[in-house]
Amino acid sequence: MTAPATSPDRPAVTLHGLHKWYGDYHALRGVDLSVAAGERIVICGPSGSGKSTLIRCINQLERHQAGTVTVDGAEATAEPRRLQAIRRKAGMVFQGFNLFPHLTVLQNCTLAPVQSGAASPGEAEALALSLLARVRVADQAHKHPAQLSGGQQQRVAIARALCMQPKIMLFDEPTSALDPEMVKEVLDTMIELARDGMTMLAVTHEMGFARQVADRVVFMDQGRIVEAATPADFFDRPQHERTRAFLGQLLH
Amino acid sequence: MTDAVLVPPRTPPRAARLLSGLFGSPLNALLTLLVLWAVGSAAAPLLKWAILDAVLFPAEPAACRDAHGACWSFVVAKGSQILFGIYPIEERWRPILVSAVLLALLVHSLRPAAWRPPLAIIWALALPATFLLMYGGVGGLSYVATTMWGGLPVTLILTVTAVGAAFPLAILLALGRRSDLPAIRILCTLFIELTRALPLLSILFIASILLPLLVPEWLLPDKFFRAMIALLLFAAAYLAEVVRGGLQALPPGQAEAAQALGLGYWQTQRLVVLPQALGLVIPSLTNTIIVMIKNTSLVLVVGLFDLISSGRAALADPEWSSPAMETYLFVAAIYFTLCFGFGRFASGLERQTRTPA
Repeated sequence: MTAPATSPDRPAVTLHGLHKWYGDYHALRGVDLSVAAGERIVICGPSGSGKSTLIRCINQLERHQAGTVTVDGAEATAEPRRLQAIRRKAGMVFQGFNLFPHLTVLQNCTLAPVQSGAASPGEAEALALSLLARVRVADQAHKHPAQLSGGQQQRVAIARALCMQPKIMLFDEPTSALDPEMVKEVLDTMIELARDGMTMLAVTHEMGFARQVADRVVFMDQGRIVEAATPADFFDRPQHERTRAFLGQLLH
Repeated sequence: MTDAVLVPPRTPPRAARLLSGLFGSPLNALLTLLVLWAVGSAAAPLLKWAILDAVLFPAEPAACRDAHGACWSFVVAKGSQILFGIYPIEERWRPILVSAVLLALLVHSLRPAAWRPPLAIIWALALPATFLLMYGGVGGLSYVATTMWGGLPVTLILTVTAVGAAFPLAILLALGRRSDLPAIRILCTLFIELTRALPLLSILFIASILLPLLVPEWLLPDKFFRAMIALLLFAAAYLAEVVRGGLQALPPGQAEAAQALGLGYWQTQRLVVLPQALGLVIPSLTNTIIVMIKNTSLVLVVGLFDLISSGRAALADPEWSSPAMETYLFVAAIYFTLCFGFGRFASGLERQTRTPA
């Protein structure tokens, strides 16, 4: 399957002057970011730096209070139809998988395409089976999520998001909840997805993945983007003191 | 080095476990015998009264005069009056048909396989039809006022409406209480808190006595329907809090994942949140529903004849030596069948909804 085409001159995601407060806590303090179609972005930063909030603002699981979020040309508003349209363009993979435990793997994948009217049950099932095969869990299609390993569940979650044929994929620490021996199978799936040209934004601590896949690494601290650079520049010639301190704390 | 093949230790057969549990030590043996003696000495007179010395036929007052045990003849003679109250005898096929249809529909509706949109349509047609059949006044059926209704059909109609219609309302109230929209949230919270804060009896009195003083008569539905609506609202408030407990217990990631896939609010609730949330609270839902089934008997305080009050009415016959115990046992057996049956259904449902792990 090839990634759906996004018009090359239109950015996949544009964030402009984005602010987000939780009560009095200022989580995002004026974030600007433009992601080109097909671009792969890795967002990293210390705990509490706002990286998850940022990625959750893109598909509006968190509503921002100031600034604009534009996904594939559509600006996010509170209007439910608009929100649904944006969420169908931006698939999300969560740290905790969030598969629906009362449904089988296949039903997890076909639920949204069928219910949103994007596909007939037959089409949705065919697409789901091909995507499950692509993430190498096709043989588990008729099991329930609890019967799968963590790595398998996260690959199902990726397939489930892909079933909506999104233009952008958002990953919120997709390997943080996994046992170490399962991290690689999920990262490999993400690498394949990147190779196929999917626009990706991933919050992750996997710096090897960032080096191998990212077009840009975005470093956040205290609700701001401190530095955004190519992996080569970011890891070998970090410009900011805070970036250097962060990288120094990572195990290599 | 080779690993020895280890097999799990064998569990002794059930009979052996039971025997060692009951008579394993002198103290256990003594306790077992004591309990057996206590149960036996309580059960023997009961058995003697209820079966050995009891009179079943002929179903005439004379049969009971010399009986030392239970007078089941009374229940045989008055059974149909207890079950169907003072509904005119020549029209009694109507409450019998209504009861049979409601029971059949209830049993049918309890199977998850039946939970499809047609079921709602069947109920939407069946309920007005049962009311019409009971009420009469159309199609050559004689008119029977609700004050003449009684017994099993009243209990069944009240149960079906108070619990059946309260359940969807409860789900809306529970969702409303968690809504982001302040007006809806406050309204739902107020309704739940106010209803829960009043005793059911006072709500029934408000519906039957206070409302007619405040509202012009032509605007008011019949006393029966006012009591029915009171029961319905009361049950909805309680069920709403049970449902909300299930909603709170569900990790927020479930709804987020559904939203992130582009599902709307109602799709998210219907397809992802509610199936899981309701499954989590089956034990307390069952509890509340059983209480509400039994609550329907409280309508007797506003002069409606449910099973218990029609049983009492039957006892008033001076021909008989008013065998109250037998009558109430008969009524209790019907309630027991309804409530116990529902309880068994609920635990079966609990097993079915458990996803394999």
